[in-house]
Amino acid sequence: MNLIGKNITYKPDNQFHLNDVSFDFKKGNLYTILGRTLSGKTTFLKTIAGLLNPDTGELFFEDKDFSKIPVWERNVAMVYQQFINYPHLNVYENIIFPLKQRKLSEEQIKMDVEDALKTVGLVGFENRKIQELSGGQQQRVALARSLAKKAKILLLDEPLVNLDYKLREQLREEFKRIFSEGLSQDTILIYSTTDPQEVMELNGEVIVLHEGKVLQKGDAKEIFENPKNLKVAEISNDPPMNILTGSKGLDKLNFENISIKLPPYLKDLKSQNYYFGIRASEIKLDKEGEEFEIELAEISGSETLLHLKKGNSKVIALIEEVMNFKIHEKVKVKFNENKFYVFNNNEELVSSPYGVHNG
Amino acid sequence: MHKLYTFLKYTFITLWTVFIVAPFLWAISTSFKDFQSVNSKVTYIPWLDFEPTLEGWRVLVKSPARGGVDIVEPYFNSIFVTCTASLISIILGTLAAYALSRFTFKAGFVRNNDITFFFISQRIMPPIVLSIPFFIFLSTIGLLDSLFGLVVVYIVLLMPIAVWIMVDFFNRVPKELDETALIDGCNPYQAFYKVVLPNSIPGLIVAGMFCIIFGWIDFFFAFILTFTEVQLLPVKVVALNSSITPWWSLSASALISVAPLIIVAFVVERYLSKGNLSGALK
Repeated sequence: MNLIGKNITYKPDNQFHLNDVSFDFKKGNLYTILGRTLSGKTTFLKTIAGLLNPDTGELFFEDKDFSKIPVWERNVAMVYQQFINYPHLNVYENIIFPLKQRKLSEEQIKMDVEDALKTVGLVGFENRKIQELSGGQQQRVALARSLAKKAKILLLDEPLVNLDYKLREQLREEFKRIFSEGLSQDTILIYSTTDPQEVMELNGEVIVLHEGKVLQKGDAKEIFENPKNLKVAEISNDPPMNILTGSKGLDKLNFENISIKLPPYLKDLKSQNYYFGIRASEIKLDKEGEEFEIELAEISGSETLLHLKKGNSKVIALIEEVMNFKIHEKVKVKFNENKFYVFNNNEELVSSPYGVHNG
Repeated sequence: MHKLYTFLKYTFITLWTVFIVAPFLWAISTSFKDFQSVNSKVTYIPWLDFEPTLEGWRVLVKSPARGGVDIVEPYFNSIFVTCTASLISIILGTLAAYALSRFTFKAGFVRNNDITFFFISQRIMPPIVLSIPFFIFLSTIGLLDSLFGLVVVYIVLLMPIAVWIMVDFFNRVPKELDETALIDGCNPYQAFYKVVLPNSIPGLIVAGMFCIIFGWIDFFFAFILTFTEVQLLPVKVVALNSSITPWWSLSASALISVAPLIIVAFVVERYLSKGNLSGALK
């Protein structure tokens, strides 16, 4: 009864959009697809929707060969990152459109639409034209349309990416509520995003996609604590995880220009060269720390991102308050030595502060 | 400086308006004159300068036997040919344009853009190039000197315009709109007429307007492909001879020839300025 994909590959013009992707999605679950722009997220969702036919591979749903069923009979719903609604119809007509296609009874349609409007908070907007709505409201209409349809597979393709910061935060909160209340246990929800924050907050099963390949699968916590390799560590952190090359010494981690006390959990590490990863939030201002030069200071929301440099070592530090820094100013920062991820020369994780579960 | 600019601007606009409107006013006033008012002295203003009369207009509808020129039949011929050809061109052109915009065609080295260019190329060559082929073609299928023959030829002339405008229009309609329709349970045909077409009305109107204008004003093919059986308005109007037909009737015939275009322009302008066209799709 699951949605199962086997070895799906899609490569138009010999470029891999999906490269040997397999999955097994269970009903009632939320799956997030995390990947950068052009990593194949949209292709992935379109393949499930049936808008694209993979070159090789199989797709099954409820034990039926899904690839034999055309899009319009698949009973899926999709929300695009662009706010796609039917411009010639008003809000109400937009939401009943898929229901009318399925020839449901008038009363059924009325109830479903009212529910959907309530869920997305657009009651009272029924007769508005789409063009009169703000971006956030347009996206709510699109969401309402896909919810009212009660599709068994609900696909959301970066639904928040085109919204401004504040609205994004707000809708993200609402999404969590809608996903937990508004969906039946029959629905498979697949949500794609570039934003690791969203993945953590939605807290579903995560699939990390890069250049059409699945790099890692697991729940959000697992991805956060045990990124399988360097790429996953970069993709699943925003700002990307700082990567420093260095080596393990007797009682120190030696990087170019910097050395840091060896944390206990890395004692058993072989002495050799590694990639060391540390999150931006684990680098703190500290009077006893190392001296770095500020290359750039960005203030975003209530945080300050410091781009720091010492010799050839560049790191980004996330300071959780708004502070004014001058460029080329010197600051002292301290690395939290207990939060280093260690990757070997094949860029695979060998040690994590949370212990390695995947070997 | 600013005042001078405003002054020059309005002066220019006024002169230009006079330049455009004056011939119309002249034709309108002449069409209501009689022999006296045209030939004896310079007159402009009806009732003040001259006594308006409908004689010039009456000549147009009278049969030649009674001293008229009878442009009624050519007039309706023109309306029939233009409207039929425009309608068929829009229908076929829209379907072709949608296919060219949404699907990928590969035949040897031919791609979508080549097919689009093929359509447009029909309008690039001078019409005279097509005259002999059309003549032979129509005489072979026995449609020379007939309304349907003209409709066929005009479809060839007008469809490229429809294809050209609609391809451009459909390319600006996001593909995701069709895809959403498919996902929402429409088959490809339903997606086209339930979603894409209702959002393409502005494009259809513009394409229709161009088809009607180009169909209505064509003289060349109407002239060489008809003889005695049928006559279209432009041919008839050109055939009027000022030594036989009086000036006031010529004015009236000129006015009635441009009248449909003026009406089309007003309708389209009103529709376009409603503002619900261009902004319909982001």
